[in-house]
Amino acid sequence: MAAATAMAALVPGQASEARDTSYVEAPLRAFAAITMVWGVVGFLVGVVIAAQLAFPLLNLDLEWTTFGRLRPLHTSAVIFAFGGNALLCTSLYIVQRTCHARLFGGDDAIWFLFWGYQFFIVMAALGYVLGITQSKEYAEPEWYVDIWLTIVWVAYLVVFVGTIMKRREPHIYVANWFFLAFIITVAVLHVGNNISIPVSFSSSASYSAPAGVQGAMIQWWYGHNAVGFFLTAGFLGMMYYFIPKQADRPIYSYRLSIVHFWTLIFLYIWAGPHHLHYTALPDWAQTLGMVFSIILWMPSWGGMINGLMTLSGAWDKLRTNAALRFSVVAVGFYAMATFEGPLMSIKAVNGLSHYTDWTIGHVHSGALGWNGFITFGAMYYLFPALWKKTSMWSEKLIAWHFWLATLGIVLYITAMWVSGIMQGLMWRAYDELGFLQYSFVETVEAMHPYYVIRMLGGLLYLTGALIMCFNLWKTVTVSETAIVAPAASAIPVAAE
Amino acid sequence: MFGWLRDHGIIERNVILMAVLTLITISIGGLVQIVPLFAVETTIERVAGIRPYTPLELRGRDIYVREGCYNCHSQMIRPFRDELERYGHYSLAAESMYDHPFQWGSKRTGPDLARVGGRYSDDWHAAHLRSPRALVPASVMPPYAFLDRRLDVSDIQDRMRALRIVGVPYSDEMIANAAADLAAQATPDADPSGFQSRYARARQGAFDSNPAMVTEMDAVIAYMQMLGTLVDFRDVTPAQLRQP
Repeated sequence: MAAATAMAALVPGQASEARDTSYVEAPLRAFAAITMVWGVVGFLVGVVIAAQLAFPLLNLDLEWTTFGRLRPLHTSAVIFAFGGNALLCTSLYIVQRTCHARLFGGDDAIWFLFWGYQFFIVMAALGYVLGITQSKEYAEPEWYVDIWLTIVWVAYLVVFVGTIMKRREPHIYVANWFFLAFIITVAVLHVGNNISIPVSFSSSASYSAPAGVQGAMIQWWYGHNAVGFFLTAGFLGMMYYFIPKQADRPIYSYRLSIVHFWTLIFLYIWAGPHHLHYTALPDWAQTLGMVFSIILWMPSWGGMINGLMTLSGAWDKLRTNAALRFSVVAVGFYAMATFEGPLMSIKAVNGLSHYTDWTIGHVHSGALGWNGFITFGAMYYLFPALWKKTSMWSEKLIAWHFWLATLGIVLYITAMWVSGIMQGLMWRAYDELGFLQYSFVETVEAMHPYYVIRMLGGLLYLTGALIMCFNLWKTVTVSETAIVAPAASAIPVAAE
Repeated sequence: MFGWLRDHGIIERNVILMAVLTLITISIGGLVQIVPLFAVETTIERVAGIRPYTPLELRGRDIYVREGCYNCHSQMIRPFRDELERYGHYSLAAESMYDHPFQWGSKRTGPDLARVGGRYSDDWHAAHLRSPRALVPASVMPPYAFLDRRLDVSDIQDRMRALRIVGVPYSDEMIANAAADLAAQATPDADPSGFQSRYARARQGAFDSNPAMVTEMDAVIAYMQMLGTLVDFRDVTPAQLRQP
């Protein structure tokens, strides 16, 4: 009995997928396409600002193109535009199929989500370039954009929960637990971190309600959990659907899924203060942040093992299925980033790493390796599925994308490890007479070669994404249309 | 050992139950870490000298925020020997108690600015902001020559009123005299009495060397020149610095 229960939550869409042919799909095609468009924009702006740090002339002497205004444009474009649209697309695709139910609200509701979310992105991006910002990292949009996003997000929650409520499966599939936690927590974080008083109703500016030390704690409670819930829980939802689908295997362990879910969402929320080590934040809060960050290593790796071990008996598919390779290597990068994170949260390590490029490298091994790759893997699956094609146009180009992007990440993170650790050590170096050995600008000068290498790494990653876009375009326009064969792609209930 | 997990099926079949349990689970950590910071009074050290920003400094800070300076400059000195020697006394929570929001930053592509006030001359700042590489050849900072334009002061009172709502102790008198105080600070030979009585130890000057017009450059330099200067550490006792 228990086994049957477990299976129900374990196998995505075990029954015939084509039972309900009226799934909402047109807006999901729009979400999938816009994900790739914003991805390219976000990567491109990333390459531009990386180049600015190596060659400051590229700030162009214009107020709209300085590093200070473009950096939020890059982070928002990759996190909220690329990542956010990928999450909306995949979660809405997955919840229909694992619930065997058409999305609550139908096409109209999803088109509202689509246009509402794109409007949020464009408003936020225009603001950054024009200098309209709250200056809170990853929460830069001003009050009027925040209110709009809240409306769109509540609609998203209603659609998602509404769809689950009308499901024709007794159990809620595990990917949906993660998507649900992601949607709920991001709502709480977004509202909690953006409480502010506008200067006036006709002014785009506002002042945040909390100040100083309390403001810092609230910001990094938000900031770290934007990582924990937007970039982790939500993307784990993708992992729990697309890896079993692509590998044609059920998820490794049902029990591990349960433990993974509850421990991850409980522990993540405590980790924020590790962004504030040795600051004016009281020590008790710093210590709590450090301890929970280290404990967080366990659920992170528990989930990683659950994802990777799903390939048991199907490892050979990595040789032939390049899209699956993206999904699986993504989990590998997830493992690496979630090991490095707890390490950097140890105060003694953080004393060296904080304020340096080491942090930037760490973030990008997660963002490029985990979030990027799991999204690429999902999109290589979704484009043929949503456009009813037999396969991707070119497997070979997927392989090219994979190796270019992997090489790009390796260049990026190794350059940042070297520059970060080097700069941290130079700041604290003393000469034989007991004076500081380096002026600040000497440490800036020493970064130059690594900033060039980092830029080249980003360029490779961007090139890979452009190849992907070309391949997806060809798939949509040229590839053979699939003859709909009901249940052909559904995973059979594991007999063993 | 994991027998209890069988009961998880109850949660898996009820989305509302799952949502409520999730909400409770994710709320605990944040509440434990955030609420005491408001409740425990000694979180902010009881040191003398902290005052709200003058109208000109406030507008300078707004521009600092607008340009995203926090992306490359921290304002939070850590209690390490090298940071003491490079930047000065470690930063106190009290020093950012009127910062809505805080500007502690997370990355030092450029140096920390928490105590940059008084370290360089006004002329140095103006020249450096206009063309960083003219003064520091290896700098990667963008040029900010466009700050040499008239400062918009039309909504200064609205800004101070909004800040008063979130807890900055601007008096009615401060708000009523905002425009005059702003002009007085940017004009070296203006009568200082009213301005000085409202903002103790605030410095007047022609920050960008052009007293004819109050510019964004004036505001930014006035802000930078006061950073980290409010607390006189000769008067501070260890007991005052103790946090919980």
